[in-house]
Amino acid sequence: MKAHNGNVSGASPSQERRAREGTAFSRAVTAVFVRTARLKAVPSRLGNLIGCCRRPIQIAVLLLAVFAFLGAGDEAARFSSLGHKLMCVCSCSQVLLECNHVGCRYSDRMREELAAALDRPDSDDLVLQSFVQKYGPTVLLAPTTTGFNRLAWVMPYLALVLGITTVIFIVRTWRMRPLAVPAGGVAPLSGPEFERFRDQARRDTEL
Amino acid sequence: MSQIGSFTLLLALALSAYSFLAGVLALARPGPGSERLGETARRAGIATFAVVFLAALILVISAFQDDFSIAYIFHHSNRDLPAPYKFATLWSGQEGSLLFWALLLSAYGLVLRLRHKTDSRLFAHASIIIAAVQVFFLLLVNFAAHPFAVMQGALPADGNGLNPLLQYPEMVIHPPMLYLGYVGFTIPFAFALGALIMRYPGEKWIHITRRWTMVTWGFLTCGVFLGAHWAYSVLGWGGYWGWDPVENASLLPWLTGTAFLHSVMMQEKRGMLKTWNVWLIFSTFMLSIFGTFLTRSGVVSSVHAFAQSSIGTWFISFLAIILAVCVFFYVKNRSHLRSEHKLESLVSRESSFLFNNLLFLVACFTVLWGTLFPVLSEWVQGHKITVGPPFFNRVMIPVALLLLLLTAVGPLLAWRRTSFESLKRNFAWPVTGAVATGVVLIAFGMRPWRDVSYFYSLMTIMLAVLVALTVASEFIRGGRVIARHTGQNMFASMVHLAHRNTRRYGGYIVHLGVVVIMIGFAGAAFNQDKEQEMGFGDKLNIGAYTLVCQSYTQEDKPNYSSEWAIINVFKGGRQIDTLYPEQRFYKASQQTSTMVANRSTMKEDLYLVYEGRNLDTGRPIIKVHLNPLVMWIWAGVWIMIAGTVIALIPNAAAVRVTAPARIQAEPVVTGD
Repeated sequence: MKAHNGNVSGASPSQERRAREGTAFSRAVTAVFVRTARLKAVPSRLGNLIGCCRRPIQIAVLLLAVFAFLGAGDEAARFSSLGHKLMCVCSCSQVLLECNHVGCRYSDRMREELAAALDRPDSDDLVLQSFVQKYGPTVLLAPTTTGFNRLAWVMPYLALVLGITTVIFIVRTWRMRPLAVPAGGVAPLSGPEFERFRDQARRDTEL
Repeated sequence: MSQIGSFTLLLALALSAYSFLAGVLALARPGPGSERLGETARRAGIATFAVVFLAALILVISAFQDDFSIAYIFHHSNRDLPAPYKFATLWSGQEGSLLFWALLLSAYGLVLRLRHKTDSRLFAHASIIIAAVQVFFLLLVNFAAHPFAVMQGALPADGNGLNPLLQYPEMVIHPPMLYLGYVGFTIPFAFALGALIMRYPGEKWIHITRRWTMVTWGFLTCGVFLGAHWAYSVLGWGGYWGWDPVENASLLPWLTGTAFLHSVMMQEKRGMLKTWNVWLIFSTFMLSIFGTFLTRSGVVSSVHAFAQSSIGTWFISFLAIILAVCVFFYVKNRSHLRSEHKLESLVSRESSFLFNNLLFLVACFTVLWGTLFPVLSEWVQGHKITVGPPFFNRVMIPVALLLLLLTAVGPLLAWRRTSFESLKRNFAWPVTGAVATGVVLIAFGMRPWRDVSYFYSLMTIMLAVLVALTVASEFIRGGRVIARHTGQNMFASMVHLAHRNTRRYGGYIVHLGVVVIMIGFAGAAFNQDKEQEMGFGDKLNIGAYTLVCQSYTQEDKPNYSSEWAIINVFKGGRQIDTLYPEQRFYKASQQTSTMVANRSTMKEDLYLVYEGRNLDTGRPIIKVHLNPLVMWIWAGVWIMIAGTVIALIPNAAAVRVTAPARIQAEPVVTGD
C-alpha cells in the first residue's frame, strides 16, 4: 500500500514569495512611469513625439506588465507547471505529478523537494537543474534547448518548413507543365478517348 | 497439450512456406501445370489458417485448464483468473501475442484467398506476399518466442497471474482491435507490392486496396482509442495519452495510413502520385513492423514493458528484407508508376491533398523522431534523455491545428482550380461562425492570452467549428439539389446524398468525428485536480462539486483483496451520485492496481482515484480530477467509426430525374 506522510496538499502558498513578486510588479510599473516622465524632458523632436504619446505608451506598457505578471504569484500553478516537466524516477515513466504508482518510493519525496525548492528564490531553470544534478538528465520530461538536445526541437519545425517549401516548389513546377496538344491543333475526340474524357468529367463533377 | 501445440505450429510453418514457394513457382514459370500448382499454393494458404487457429485454440484451452506445465500459461495466468481474462491470456505476453498476430494474418489471408476470383493473378501475387510475411511470424513462434515451451523442474501449483493492469474488460478487445489494424496493413501492402511486381495495368488494385485500407484503418483507429480509454480508466493518472513509445508506435502507421487514404484519391481522380502512394503504403506496413520492433526489443523504455526481449534482431532483419524487396521491385518497375503530373492552381483540391500528406508525414516524422531521440542521444552524448509529453505537446499541437484547418478548407476546394468568388461564397458563413464562437468563448471567460494551452484550446474549438460548418454546408448544399430533384424532405435528401457517394460523405462524417475528438482534447487545458485524505464525513470541493466520504472499507475475493471508499457527490447542495474508488491487491502476481471511479458527462468527468492510505491516520487518500469534455473524445470515435462504415457501403444508383422541368443549376463544389 502506498504510504503517505500526511502532507498531501502539494505546494503550500508562500506569503513571502507573493510579497516578493508583488514588489517586482510594482517596481516594474514605477520604472515605466518614471522613464516615460523623463522622456518628456528630452529637448528633441523625438522627445516631443514621445512626450505627446506618453499616456498611450504608459497604458500599453502597463497592460503588458499586467499580462506579464498575470498569475506569477500563483505558487500552485508554478508547482504544477514544474511538476509536469519532471518525471518520476521510480521507473514508472510517468509525469511526477501524475505518478500514482502504488508503493512508489520516489514521487512523494520528489514532490516535497520540489515544494521546498519553490520556497527558495531560485528561477525555474535553477530548480530543474537541481533535479538534473540529483537524478540525472532523464528526470526532465523534455530535452533542454542547449547543445545536441537543441536538435530535438529544431528537426520537427525544419521538416515542416522544408516540406512546405517542397510542396510549393512541386505545385509551381507542375503548374508550368504544358498540356499535351496534338500536332494539328485540337482534334475532335471519338471512341475510347472520348469515353475516357467523359468518364473523367463525370468523376470531376459528381455530387 | 504442449506437444500438439508445437506440432501445429511446425505444420503451419510448413504450409505457409509451401504456399509461398509453390505460389512463386506457379507465377514464375507459366505452363500447363502452373495453374494447378498455384491452386495448391492458395489452398495451403487457406489450410494455414485452420492450423494456426488450432494452435491458438490449444493455448487458450491450456489457459482454461490451468496447464502450468506450459511456461507461457504459468507466467500469464493463474487458477482464480476470471474466464474472460483467461481467454485474453492469448495476447497478454510476447509469445502468445505473436501467435495471435500469425492467427490474424492467416485470417486476413483466408478472406483474400477466398475472394481470389475478383482478379486471380493479382490475388495470387498478394497471396504469395502474405505467405512470406506469415512465414516470418511462424518462424518467430517456432524458434524465437515459443508459446508452448514447457516449464523446467517441478510443476508449479499455481501461475504468476495476469498483469493487474491488463485485468480490465477493455483488455479483452483493445489488443485484438490494435492487432487487426497492424496486421491488416499487410493486405494493402501485399496488393501494392503485387501490382508493382506484375506491372498491373490500370487502377483497379487501388480500388481493392483502398477498401482493405479503410477496414484496417478503422480497426487501428478503434484500437488506438480503446488503448487511450483503457489508460484513462485503469492507469489512474487522469489522462488518456502519455506519448509513451508504445502509444507512439500505434500512431505511426495510423498517420501514414490516413495520408494514404487521402492521397490515393489523387491517383483515382487524376492519375497522379502513383509512386508516392505505393511508397506510402509500403511505409505504413514497415512502420507497423517497426512499431512492433520498438515495443518488443527494449530499445526504448516504455510503461508497456511486459514484452521486451532479444527478439528485436529478428524484426530488424525482417524490416531490412522488406525494404530491400520494395526498393528492388520499385527500381525494376518504376517506369510503370510514371504519371503525368499537371496542376492548374495552388488553390485546388490537388494542392490541399499535397499539403494534407505533408502534414501527416511531418506528424509521423515528429512522433518517430521524439520516440527515437533518446536512443540517438545515447549514441551521441553517451547518456539517455527523456522525450515526453511537454515535447510532443509543443511540437504536435501546431501541426494538428494546421491539419484541422486543412480539414476545413480542403473539401470545399474544387478539383483543378477554385475561384476567389467560390472561396468567398463557401467560406463566408463557416468563418463567421468560427469567429463568433471565439468571441462568445472569450465573452464567457476564456482567456487565451493567459496561457498558451488556453490559446491552443480556443484555436482548436474555433477550427473545429469551422470544419463542422463546412461539412454541414456540404451536406445542406448537396441535400438541397437532391430535394429539388426528388421532392424529398431535407433529411431524407441528405441521407440519399450520402448513399449516392458513400465514400465522400462517409469521409465527411469521419471528419466530424475528428472535430468532436479535437474539442475533447481542447478541454484538457482546463483540467483540475486535488488530493486529500478523506476520513468519515470529510469534504473536498472541486469545481461545482462537493465530495463527502461516507465510508471506507476492505474486501477479500479469490483473485484479489481490495480497499475502497464510498464517496457521495453533491452539486448545488443536492446529492447527485455515489462513487466507489478502489485499490486492488492481486494475490497471484503480488501487485496492486487502482480501479478508477468516474462520473462522466458531456460537460466533464469527475474522476476519483483511491491512492492508498495514510499509514499514520489509517484514512484513505483520494485524488480527484475534474476533466472537462473527455466524453467528447469517445463520442467522436463512435462518429468516426460510423463514418468509416458508411464509407464502406457501396454507392446507390444516381437519382432518377422524374420531372421534365428544367432545373436551375446550383453551384455545387465538387470532388470527393
